[in-house]
Amino acid sequence: MVTAALKSPDVILRGRKVVGGTCEGEALVTRQTISGWGGVNPMRGEVIESHHELRGQSFAGKILVFPGAKGSSGWSGIFHMTRLTGKAPLGLLFTITTTKAALGAVVLRVPTMTDFDIDPLDLIETGDWVRIDADAGEVHVWKCGVAG
Amino acid sequence: MVSLTNDERAMLDGRDGPAVAKAMDLLVRYAEALGAEDFVYTDNVAGVPGSSPQWVKDYYAEDGGDYRAVFSRFDLDSDEAVDVPRMNAFSCHLQGGMDPEMWRDQGMSEEAFANFRSDEAEVAGHGIQVMKTCTPYLAGNVPVMGEHCAWMESSAVVFCNSVIGGRTNCEGRESTSAAMLAKRIPNWGFHTDEFRIGQHAIEVEVPVDSIFEWGMLGYYTGGAVEDAIPVLDGKIGEASLIKHKHFGAAAASSGGVEMYHMVGITPEARSREVAFGGPDKGTRFTYGLRERAAIYERLNSIGESDTVDYVMLGCPHYSADQIATAARMLEGRTVHANSELWIFTSRAVKATAVASGYAEILRKAGAKLMTDTCSAISQAVPKGTRVAAFDSAKQTHYLPAMMGIEGWFGTTQECIDAACTGKWQGRLN
Repeated sequence: MVTAALKSPDVILRGRKVVGGTCEGEALVTRQTISGWGGVNPMRGEVIESHHELRGQSFAGKILVFPGAKGSSGWSGIFHMTRLTGKAPLGLLFTITTTKAALGAVVLRVPTMTDFDIDPLDLIETGDWVRIDADAGEVHVWKCGVAG
Repeated sequence: MVSLTNDERAMLDGRDGPAVAKAMDLLVRYAEALGAEDFVYTDNVAGVPGSSPQWVKDYYAEDGGDYRAVFSRFDLDSDEAVDVPRMNAFSCHLQGGMDPEMWRDQGMSEEAFANFRSDEAEVAGHGIQVMKTCTPYLAGNVPVMGEHCAWMESSAVVFCNSVIGGRTNCEGRESTSAAMLAKRIPNWGFHTDEFRIGQHAIEVEVPVDSIFEWGMLGYYTGGAVEDAIPVLDGKIGEASLIKHKHFGAAAASSGGVEMYHMVGITPEARSREVAFGGPDKGTRFTYGLRERAAIYERLNSIGESDTVDYVMLGCPHYSADQIATAARMLEGRTVHANSELWIFTSRAVKATAVASGYAEILRKAGAKLMTDTCSAISQAVPKGTRVAAFDSAKQTHYLPAMMGIEGWFGTTQECIDAACTGKWQGRLN
């Protein structure tokens, strides 16, 4: 894992821990809510919903930044399967807490946060380097890619 | 931090065995993820406990690759496989992956069927009712007003909250499986009074009375309010179970609605003021002629060819009176040689349809009455299907996108006519 200690972050967000732990990686950002069952292919970790702006893109190994979950109650089950197929996201940042997104994060077992002081969808863009420290309640963001 | 009663602490500490302890551990992690402060007791749980395709079993090969392994490692999200006892809560299994008899027609393999049979025997062996339906409330599980439930299946969740006044969040597979053992679910969301009040108003200005019109209004509602709670008021008439079933399923699929109020119709909306918990809030939407026409266009935007080779009815699973209606429409007619008609329901309702003679009418007409699943859940359509027709806004929303086919939405009569003529002639009157 690339250390992000070389350069101080451009932005720091504070929020509430959903699932503890730390991780860092590249952000994949959408302003659209995501469907699990019928909206994600768990074999590829890919958004498949018609008309979705992330359609055809994989969140595997990325930090997924999105408003929240929608659709079928199979949401957690589908995201859980991505853990089995090795296509899980590294971490999750969402702004709307639902049972679907909360349970999905729990069974994915990846660092996850919500309830931020600043809307992450306004600050984080796809390709930014993000470090989540869920236990400390902080998200560090380096704009335009890898820190340092 | 979630606070635990002595009983819950004892379950977490292993008093009731390792599976209950793992279930409680998952529920505590889930409650903390939600920010819930405590749990509610539930004795009504609906999920898909332990059922899995073969590849998931194979993934847990080191733990035995069986039902026990999947229930422990996947359903309870446990790091080790543990013995799974009989469920403690009143528990039922929702829809499954294939028809128990007509699975060959659905294109399922012998291996997949053997896996299905094995899972079902385990489900029954663990004290879970094999309802195999998205409509448990039509198959013997009807909550009462105020009852705390833990249900999966978005169309059943919205029915439970809105029509019955039962209380459930849209739970997932892991939380329902854990609740079957621990009889607890986080006290959050729809379990609390303040979460259940209306957030937006929808004024219904065109008459909405038939099941077709209720479905269109539902699909409009989800698009308008997304996952918020709408308060619908105006020209809504002739309420019945099947219309609510159709409306809720449509609203849940187009927007994620988990509860709605209809003033003077649903139990927590005695008046507009009660529904809103005070004066109106949020946005005021209007459903008039223009909105109705736009919704019809949207639902029919994925149909081009009028040659229909598949008609699917039964989303959500048909009730006995819907099967009776379809049988009456089909009596003396036959399904066209180039088309197929599959009607989906639960095993309980099918038993009634068989006893009442409807199943025989359907069989004679060349229709297939199937149970347990639907085309979207099993991803099963007749071989070579290119254009399908539905009387369900929900199925129209999901199936064409999932299967890469065209789709039409219309009335049940238009669908039956399409099945018998092979041609789509639906239009908005």
